[in-house]
Amino acid sequence: MIVFNNVSKIYPAGGCRDSLTVALDSVSFKISKNEFVSIAGRSGAGKTTLFRLLMAEEKPTKGRIFFDDQDVQKIRPGKVYRLRRRLGAVFQDYKLLRDKTAHENIAYVLEVIGANRDEIERDVPEVLRIVGLADKANNFPHELSGGERQRVAIARALIHRPEVILADEPTGNLDPYNTSEIIKLLLKIHELGTTVVLATHNKEIINSLRKRVISLENGKVIRDEENGRFIL
Amino acid sequence: MFTALKRIIRAGWLNFSRHAGISAATIFIMVLTITMISSLFLLKGVSEFLIATLQEKVDISVYFKATTEEDDILRAKDELAKVPEVKEVRYISREEALARFIERYKNNETIMESLREIGNPLLASLNIKAWQASQYSAVTDFFDKPVYKELVDKVDYQERKPVIEKVFSLSANVNRTGLIFAAVLAVFAVLVAFNAIRMAIHDSREEIGVMRLVGASNLFIRLPFVLQGSLCGIIAGLLSLTLLAAAAYFLSPKVEMISGFNLWQYFNANFRIVLAIDFAAAIILGIFSSAIAVRKYLRV
Repeated sequence: MIVFNNVSKIYPAGGCRDSLTVALDSVSFKISKNEFVSIAGRSGAGKTTLFRLLMAEEKPTKGRIFFDDQDVQKIRPGKVYRLRRRLGAVFQDYKLLRDKTAHENIAYVLEVIGANRDEIERDVPEVLRIVGLADKANNFPHELSGGERQRVAIARALIHRPEVILADEPTGNLDPYNTSEIIKLLLKIHELGTTVVLATHNKEIINSLRKRVISLENGKVIRDEENGRFIL
Repeated sequence: MFTALKRIIRAGWLNFSRHAGISAATIFIMVLTITMISSLFLLKGVSEFLIATLQEKVDISVYFKATTEEDDILRAKDELAKVPEVKEVRYISREEALARFIERYKNNETIMESLREIGNPLLASLNIKAWQASQYSAVTDFFDKPVYKELVDKVDYQERKPVIEKVFSLSANVNRTGLIFAAVLAVFAVLVAFNAIRMAIHDSREEIGVMRLVGASNLFIRLPFVLQGSLCGIIAGLLSLTLLAAAAYFLSPKVEMISGFNLWQYFNANFRIVLAIDFAAAIILGIFSSAIAVRKYLRV
């Protein structure tokens, strides 16, 4: 379903052309449908870059990325939204629309794909109930705690039943209780048949999952194991 | 399609109402801009009126010999009226000329005394107005024809030529300077308004990025902002129109006292044009500025 084929991403260091930072170095792996894969690595290992490339936010310096046999790099900027509608993304900094309520943030994704009013009125409260925020539907992001914001972001990511959920450090800003809740939610989504790719540097999470782990270090894949553990 | 349109309109309204402060600031700047552009039109009316009044005062006179019959003069007048360069011809008989002279000098006893002694020394004349300063030579050429030469005593063109040319060159200068001034001011105003809208959208740049990341198409992102911009434009247009109407109404008596120009009447007579300028400026500014400004942030 997702293929990274010898992908490298190199940035000019601090905007200086003479010095370069290698974010990803010849990364190759495949992720199949309905898999739950964790991308493990320290901060700066290249986890976020990997997601940015997959979402076509940036182009790789070298190599190719495929999503269902479609070369991501070849998608025209005006058509990128078609790829993104097949993905659901959760970010460490939530990336919620600050002037929309929790309900509106989630409904926005359905509006974008052209869902009708009945579907929106049926699905949004349901997903808010699943993430435990039924009573916060009309709150704006600044009126929610970090954990609540992240749950809204997860609800937004799964409302349109995407084929893949990309979760980039979704627990990075959360306390242990909320961390556990978010991971439980991701597992539940996976059980319902969605492919989940989770990037994290949290050792406990990875060790408790007992799923496939791709470990990154300095932009390179150093380990790719089923039932993997956090070893860096 | 209808659902998408409804959602875009709702999103545009929410953008507008939830950013009330920014919307108000944008409207304020747009009101200034649009009022400035519309007042240029009103100023054009005032300056055209003043120039026309000044040009109206310019003319030349052709004096006929005392022996020339009135019928010959009237025939010459009819022929002259057919010359395209001539705007207006007026016949002033010897009697009318005398009556005007007496009216002007009735308090000057010496002149009146002399007049009583010599009778009516004044000649019949044609008072001629041309469209432009350069066209007066065509009038003098007309009277150079042999058939008229023996009837005419004097054409005062050469005496008046410097004044005529000065008036017309002044009018042309005022027109040209006004046009350049208006163009510069309009460009400046448009840039200020564009920048105000751009700043308002700059504030939403992160949101635009998020919308892109969750799969919104460019059109779905852009249209609510464009709608927000045009909403600001329409409100600014209405406010500016009210401001202009109030200014025209209250300033009219003073402007009329100074220049003879009735600003309020001019505003009413040209209301449709003012309305068109006002709303065209408002909506074009609102739509184009926001469309261009959003474009910058759609590259995520």
